[in-house]
Amino acid sequence: MHSLNEMRHQFRSAYEESQHHIKVVIGLGTCGIAAGGEKIWEAVSRYIETHGAEVEMMSTGCIGMCYAEPLMEVHMPGQPRFIYGNVKPEAAVAILQKHLAEGKPSPEYIIAQDSRGYEAAANIVKLEETPFYQGQVKNVLGRCGIIDPDQIVQYITFSGYEALEKVLSSLTPFEVIQEISKSGLRGRGGGGFPAGRKWEASYHSPGSKKYVVCNADEGDPGAFMDRSVLEGDPHSLLEGMAICGYAIGADEGYIYVRAEYPLAIKRLKKAIRDAESMGLLGNNILGSGFSFKIQIAAGAGAFVCGEETALMHSIEGKRGMPRVRPPYPAQSGLWGKPTNINNVETYANVPGIIRQGAAWFASMGTENSKGSKVFALTGKINRTGLAEVPIGISLRDIVFKVGGGIQNGKRYKAVQIGGPSGGCIPESLLDTPVDYDSLLQLGAMMGSGGLVVMDEDTCMVDVARYFLHFTQEESCGKCAPCREGTMRMLQILEKICDGKGTPTDLDTLESLCRVVQSTSLCGLGQSAPNPVLATLRYFRSEYEAHIYDKKCPAGVCVELLDIKIDADKCKGCTLCADVCPVGAISGERKKPHVIDADKCIKCQACMVKCKFGAIAKG
Amino acid sequence: MSETTVMINGIPISVPEGTSILHTAQKAGIKIPTLCFHPDQEVKANCRICVVEVEGQKNLMPACATKVNEGMTIKTATPRVLEARRTILELILAHHPQDCLHCVRSGSCELQEIASEYDVRYNRFPQVEADLLLDYSSPSIVRDPNKCILCGRCIEFCTSKQTVNALGLAHRGFDAQVVPSIGQELFESPCVMCGQCIHACPVGAISGREQIDEFMTVAADPEKIVVTQIAPAVRLAIAEAFGADRDQLQMGQLVSALKMLGFDHILNTNFAADLTIMEESQELLERIRNGGVLPMFTSCCPAWVRFAEVFYPDYLNHLSTCKSPQQMFGALVKTYWAEKMSIHPDKIFSVSIMPCTAKKYEAVRPEMTDSDYSDVDMVLTTREIVRLLQMTGINPLKLKETAFDPWMGEYTGSAVLFGASGGVMEAALRTVYEKVTGRVLEELDFTDVRGMDSLKEATIDLDGTIVKVAAAHTLGNARALMDEVAAGTSPYHFIEIMACPGGCIGGGGQPITRSNVQREQRMEAIYVEDRSKTLRKSHDNHEIQMLYTDFLQETLGHRSHELLHTQYSLKRKNP
Repeated sequence: MHSLNEMRHQFRSAYEESQHHIKVVIGLGTCGIAAGGEKIWEAVSRYIETHGAEVEMMSTGCIGMCYAEPLMEVHMPGQPRFIYGNVKPEAAVAILQKHLAEGKPSPEYIIAQDSRGYEAAANIVKLEETPFYQGQVKNVLGRCGIIDPDQIVQYITFSGYEALEKVLSSLTPFEVIQEISKSGLRGRGGGGFPAGRKWEASYHSPGSKKYVVCNADEGDPGAFMDRSVLEGDPHSLLEGMAICGYAIGADEGYIYVRAEYPLAIKRLKKAIRDAESMGLLGNNILGSGFSFKIQIAAGAGAFVCGEETALMHSIEGKRGMPRVRPPYPAQSGLWGKPTNINNVETYANVPGIIRQGAAWFASMGTENSKGSKVFALTGKINRTGLAEVPIGISLRDIVFKVGGGIQNGKRYKAVQIGGPSGGCIPESLLDTPVDYDSLLQLGAMMGSGGLVVMDEDTCMVDVARYFLHFTQEESCGKCAPCREGTMRMLQILEKICDGKGTPTDLDTLESLCRVVQSTSLCGLGQSAPNPVLATLRYFRSEYEAHIYDKKCPAGVCVELLDIKIDADKCKGCTLCADVCPVGAISGERKKPHVIDADKCIKCQACMVKCKFGAIAKG
Repeated sequence: MSETTVMINGIPISVPEGTSILHTAQKAGIKIPTLCFHPDQEVKANCRICVVEVEGQKNLMPACATKVNEGMTIKTATPRVLEARRTILELILAHHPQDCLHCVRSGSCELQEIASEYDVRYNRFPQVEADLLLDYSSPSIVRDPNKCILCGRCIEFCTSKQTVNALGLAHRGFDAQVVPSIGQELFESPCVMCGQCIHACPVGAISGREQIDEFMTVAADPEKIVVTQIAPAVRLAIAEAFGADRDQLQMGQLVSALKMLGFDHILNTNFAADLTIMEESQELLERIRNGGVLPMFTSCCPAWVRFAEVFYPDYLNHLSTCKSPQQMFGALVKTYWAEKMSIHPDKIFSVSIMPCTAKKYEAVRPEMTDSDYSDVDMVLTTREIVRLLQMTGINPLKLKETAFDPWMGEYTGSAVLFGASGGVMEAALRTVYEKVTGRVLEELDFTDVRGMDSLKEATIDLDGTIVKVAAAHTLGNARALMDEVAAGTSPYHFIEIMACPGGCIGGGGQPITRSNVQREQRMEAIYVEDRSKTLRKSHDNHEIQMLYTDFLQETLGHRSHELLHTQYSLKRKNP
């Protein structure tokens, strides 16, 4: 067997050599691009070109600090790397100019310094000491935002394909499975099934043709963990899949990735080509006799295709609909062959486990949930972005330490964890450790790692309505309870939000929840009632307020709003009457105005316009 | 196989390993409701109405898809199970039209049956109806997508058993619909009009195209002489519909009933079946003797002919040029019979009574006008005749027998066999054997080609010429045989294909048939009738002999070619 060691050594030297050059690194993941990263890239490269500056440019994936995108990093030889956030093209050029002219960072845009290997600059916070980074561990995201994902050389430089080389040269397939089992790795896609046991089932399934499938159909609203890995470190997925292929005896793999991730697909394609050309994928990998090919299958964006049997139908060219299990994919999967299916984050964890050992991995996390988990922080949180934390950390730490708490000083109300299949967790339970089993007990679930933070201005009935709207639209229509039941649950929730709910509606809603949950064919339907059940469990009073008092306590449900002008505060400036689109406000100049409740459509334009705070909703 | 013992509602029961909870409960005498389950299909587990409690399982389990294992504790009648079943029923009913009173399936609807059993007296959910257009594009089949409960049984039959793929699912969730796989309407799809989707459908979402009103208008017209032909598989199904044993209804009683319904002359498709054997067996012999295209396929099943035209247009020369008995009959009734009866063909309105929906399509094919008129003016299915009889209060079982009208009413046992898969083959072999060897065939039953097996083979020795034959039913099996032909590996000389399971007795126009068990029983009734006939070989039919002497002169002769044979052509799309 050939070894990668010498090659890696050469790459490493070349990399170290490159540290003597001035370098500008720009985050060009989807988040970076959306925030304007490409414009920074253009501006900086134009500057370099016109001034003939000797500066190297490099793109990288998402480093997790989506709240601070676009991000730019400047590295002068001998100095720490300075990371700048929220930069504009002109500012980016100015920052570079200052570095080039004075050799100094620009403090107004700086976020942190990465001083590893260098003497730290004074008065600038170190990356690992920023509140966002403290408490995080970087296993899966270790290379994201550090390496150029399009450069296989950089992946190899940072220990890439070391694990594959290790299994091919020194471990039997079964030893690989044992290692994964010992690590305690559980599927990161939702259910949390032990990965080792899954692999073992495929390993024991008879048959010479087997498949490895990666579920990259990340569909939860507010979830983008897998996308970041695909865009920022695609080779870690390829390596994990190849190791799985070796372990279970498969020679072919599919990555099922949603077509809404064009950049991820582009980077994956390049990564596959590069790995093939270096003999790390394809026939006779590293001369070991093991062959493994990977293909990409682009999904059309149906949420249900995240369900494993629906996903495989979709790859086969059929309508993406789940089928009854058993048989499980390990017995009869893609094209009827034994198939192991995991998600991106699960496979991306594998090279690290093989390289650093099961014990290392198992040292993180809780008794039944090992390792780290990537979460996507979104909603009313100060630092939106990606955070990888050891499993077992409290929700409070994630939301308030890593995420920096609630925006605009508002009160925390709940966090939705697990997307439309999960549930919300109220303030009283914020100290719950985040692990698979604890979350299930609370009526939520780990899911793939989306965390949507909600503040006091959020109506929990409306939240349930939102998620039911989503699942109802995404139901494939195959089984009756999900197809019909999610629609009826949505109808009832809409009725309650519209102020037309009756006490029997709550009984019917709860009965529907029980039936849809316990009789639906696949996980989509079985978990669809979770957002309703969780909000009913922790925020029942809000439902009751809608039904009995015809009030929406959070002031969200438009039909229940009462918009009134406080006659004492109103100066009669007439601005509100001018802005009202339906002519519902009347009154004489310089005298208090009134709103005709029958005409008012509750658009709240008057509230925004009023300079005296005289208009309030309730 | 080893036995597994489980507890069901507290009672121990042993069943073979691998039995589903559904069948285990059945054995224990407990009925579990089903909608998407079909005894002759794969388990789909879509409707979830069959859920039960299984100890140790968090969720309720579908009884159809869950196999029992040793020591399993199953509860089928708990409040939780009943709440789930009733809620699912309410959900389905609230999205299903409430016009049961005038639904074509009222009385044979599986949803209606369960709703009644489950005592659904009110519905917690407001009624939502989709208001979709009905699909009347096909001459054979009507689709009412509003009534569809998405059980998937029609799709499964069309896809897995027939490999026609005329139906598929579109849209998602609450808006999901069964739609034609190609085009907006069924007639634009590759549908072969076999009508098996009608039997598969548990409700009234797919039904046969009915022409009862049109028939009554014609029957009332004094200017029209209504002549009918009746196919061999119809009689026993009518007996079934009237709750009698299949061989209890005599052909003569049916003739009496049809006369009461307004048919002026009652003739017999069986006569034309015997004629088909005369022509087709001659064609086979000539192909064998002259090095013609082999294997030759039968062409009496219009769904099969259309299947060949749509999917195997390059191999249509393998199909016998013989028209089906219905169409041979149609061409003769307005020529030969009109002449014999001295009736102007203009006045004849020719109706055929068929177990088949595809026959309605066959009758309107543009090539079926060799009598210079529309050879067959109308096709009524067995279901429509049953409806007419019910409507008029005529119970044929109570009537005296009347004889068929002359010239085209006599038939042999061979003709009766056309009703069952393998029957055309068996009838042809009886005639071919005697034609070639000149000896009398002693053992008439070719049991190798009988029964519900998907592919039945036989070999006969015709004085040194070994003829290898096969009979298959359902089009998936036809496809396999056709693929062999295309690959040049087909070992056969003669192949019979019937599109419907069991042949015409299981046809798309028969009373709603819930399983193949029923079809097998009908097959048996066909063999009973064959054995009861004095004449059992087509060439012994006196009226056939007379037809050749007086009119056709010879088999495969000039007049035969004009009236009884045709050519098939590529059908990418329906007209």
